[in-house]
Amino acid sequence: MSQQTLELVEKSSLKTEIPEFQIGDTVDVHTRILEGEKERIQVFNGVVIARAGSGTRETFIVRRIVGGEGVERKFPLHSPKIAKIEVKRRGIVRRAKLYFLRDRVGKAVRLKERRGDTKNGE
Amino acid sequence: MAIGLLGRKVGMTQIFDESGNVVPVTVIEAGPCHVLQLRTKQRDGYEAVQLGYRDKPRRLASRSQRGHVAKLDSKRSKSRAKAGVEIPAKAGCEPQRFIREFRGSFEGVSVGQTLDVSQFADVKRVDVVGTTKGRGTTGVMVRHNFHGQRASHGVKKVHRHAGSIGQSQFPGHVPKGRRMGGQYGNQRSTMRNVKVVRVDVENHLLLIYGAVPGPNGGYVMIKETNKL
Repeated sequence: MSQQTLELVEKSSLKTEIPEFQIGDTVDVHTRILEGEKERIQVFNGVVIARAGSGTRETFIVRRIVGGEGVERKFPLHSPKIAKIEVKRRGIVRRAKLYFLRDRVGKAVRLKERRGDTKNGE
Repeated sequence: MAIGLLGRKVGMTQIFDESGNVVPVTVIEAGPCHVLQLRTKQRDGYEAVQLGYRDKPRRLASRSQRGHVAKLDSKRSKSRAKAGVEIPAKAGCEPQRFIREFRGSFEGVSVGQTLDVSQFADVKRVDVVGTTKGRGTTGVMVRHNFHGQRASHGVKKVHRHAGSIGQSQFPGHVPKGRRMGGQYGNQRSTMRNVKVVRVDVENHLLLIYGAVPGPNGGYVMIKETNKL
């Protein structure tokens, strides 16, 4: 009973349209940034290495390499500050958390691409 | 002026505000509450409104509890009616599980009326009264955040003890109010001046910023804050 009530409350904060993306996919995350009065969109591109939580608390971590240094950002999936999530490339992975990528550098970071079985018909 | 409401803590979650920031909220199922009784200066010596929340099955309620909310037929009531004694108005609802009084005189309230969360529609900040989670008998480290003693350097068997509790023959007694172990929690506690994030009249829900004392399912009192 109480869980249903909580879900009811969370419903108002949930996004209805979230593109389907999985662990190992390379995505562009478009985030709204407020600079003084102006709003600007910033794109963060990288590999999704984890998804966690449920409801309004669901988050995902995107990892990319910037100037030879690994950078990870954790986004709340339903945050209104995320304008758009674009799937650029789908990867083949065999686990839910790709934390092993943190120990890898250079060519070893690459993931195999998954083709053909995407729903969007790439 | 909102009178106040009784409710239950449903649990905590988080929502997003207009600017996209995460807001931690406690969801409270507040009301609908029946007005069971009005305390008056002349009869009771103080003014208050007595509210009841959540129906209780009649089989679980004592006769006095049933008689408090509705008129019961009895020999005494008949004989009193015959003698011309006027019985105060009853709410005419089911027996209530959680009954509390809100002090103060309010206009436009009558016994039997139902109050819901809409009275908080324009209220920015409230006080929430709950009963904290009972932790039973605890030591000073848990109850009063004492540091305990060292793990080594000659400390024996007193790693979680408080240390000295007073002096010697002068004054010869432990000062009153010395913090020690004992019952912790299961105590009335008030969160004052907490922000109301959202009022959902349809589902009788009140969203309060941050935490509220007590376990999920615990009863709480909500009233407009007088601290501004």
